[in-house]
Amino acid sequence: MSDLGTEKNPARVAIVGSGPSGFYAAEALIRSEPLVLVDMFERLPSPFGLVRSGVAPDHPKLKEPIRVYQRIAESPQFQFLGNITVGRDISVEELKDCYHAIVFACGAETDRKLGIAGESLPGSHTATEFVGWYNGHPDYRDHVFDLSHETAVVIGQGNVAVDVCRILSKTGDELRHTDITEHALEVLAHSKIRDIHMIGRRGPAQAKFTHSELRELGELADCDPIVDPGDLELNPASREALADRSSRANLKSYEVLQGIASRPPPTRRRRCHIHFLKSPIELKGEGRLERVALMKNRLEGEPLRQVARETGEVEELACGVLFRSIGYRGVPIAGVPFDDARGIVPNRDGRIVDGADVVPGLYATGWIKRGPTGIIGNNRADSVATVKSLLEDLPVLGAGEERGADTLKALLKSRGVRVVSYADWQEIDAAEVQRGETAGKPREKFARVEEMLRLLEGLE
Amino acid sequence: MTTIVTDNCQRCRFTDCVLVCPVACFHADDEMLYIDPEVCIDCSACIPTCPVEAIYEDPIPEDKQRWIEINEERAPGLPVIQDKEDPYPGAEERQKDLGF
Repeated sequence: MSDLGTEKNPARVAIVGSGPSGFYAAEALIRSEPLVLVDMFERLPSPFGLVRSGVAPDHPKLKEPIRVYQRIAESPQFQFLGNITVGRDISVEELKDCYHAIVFACGAETDRKLGIAGESLPGSHTATEFVGWYNGHPDYRDHVFDLSHETAVVIGQGNVAVDVCRILSKTGDELRHTDITEHALEVLAHSKIRDIHMIGRRGPAQAKFTHSELRELGELADCDPIVDPGDLELNPASREALADRSSRANLKSYEVLQGIASRPPPTRRRRCHIHFLKSPIELKGEGRLERVALMKNRLEGEPLRQVARETGEVEELACGVLFRSIGYRGVPIAGVPFDDARGIVPNRDGRIVDGADVVPGLYATGWIKRGPTGIIGNNRADSVATVKSLLEDLPVLGAGEERGADTLKALLKSRGVRVVSYADWQEIDAAEVQRGETAGKPREKFARVEEMLRLLEGLE
Repeated sequence: MTTIVTDNCQRCRFTDCVLVCPVACFHADDEMLYIDPEVCIDCSACIPTCPVEAIYEDPIPEDKQRWIEINEERAPGLPVIQDKEDPYPGAEERQKDLGF
């Protein structure tokens, strides 16, 4: 009978990734009956994933889950190992030797492409880059966004697309006291953008954006939202879909759109136009983005399963900057099976599989498990489910040479990796808050890894 | 902004909602759950999970507005619930009676 999970033989689990799904997995493991010690690996010195670098700066309430993660991090059963890239500084094989199980919670770090001509023209960007940039993610610190054009286009109709539109619509004053980074605020405050066009492939009954985000587009200081009332005419299948119980959220969004469509004519400096049933088919321009060709769509199919079909009718929209926001996508992990079609790690109930076979000891949670869907809380339910599978497997999980975190740390040190502990992160955190105070912001984030490490060096 | 649990939860108490709450703001007595408005971040993850549509967000319909104060008063004094529990005895019957 295995004594794994007892005081004498605690189970040791590595979690790769420190976003919501990783922390909820840590929480579920720590709260479980067996004794589990959790080591959380994160490639940045800073934890918290998209709650830190995805949630918009003007949505501070949605960052509150960080308080929960801070409590989890304070558990004696938890250890944070930041500034370590699994797959570069340490391999999955080496982790397998040190831990009874590995839970991959590394999210979806890249983005889906449109796959159209001109997609890589200067001026064509992704929401992933833009959001990362204004939120101070070190990967995007040096990206350049030319906002000197009058017209911006955002492709997509989810909440990330709405975030991009809203941030582009806001004045410097509206952003000045948020935790948006200084370098982004500087660029946005001098933006010449007048018209923002959010282009969605399907109709108002199918769009994924939610009503509270839409409502915010009507509450901006110097931007009017615009919806063509004609776009709100629904085909019978869409009307039936909206009446269905499962579409309660879509119905609320539709009602907000109706409100927008019946607003008085726009008077403010900026306008945010919400388009439906259009898809970009080509980005055009001489050496840089100048126009986007949009195909008009119509909907076909059963209620709740309507798909967009091209009508053949094309219009062109002049624009100088474009952001595609059609979904994040997972990145393959060396040594772990990958489903390229879906951009996830293949799994059943959170157990990673290779074809039909379960790979012992490897688990997945969050967006790398189920794809880039849902909001912060959905990851909690997901992680609870993955941990349930892991705990079921506990009796048969073994480790190679039982080395644990101390030997691991020595190994990393010998490779010149400066491991950032949770206490180190707390120093960085305090410094960010202090820097923000002088500017009247909740914090001024360090947007470069070197800056964070230099701070720690200075304290040593 | 407000998110509240209302009367359909009484004597159903399915607790599906607690699994998706990112901030552990649900509190429970024997009969039903309540949301602590001081902790809730109005993320609306819980709303679609309830089999009897007991959770409401802004704008709160007039006939449910009395529940705003009930959630505010009762939640803080009750224990937090983070794990799914078995429903109240007879919950499935009540679910049918409520039209779900």
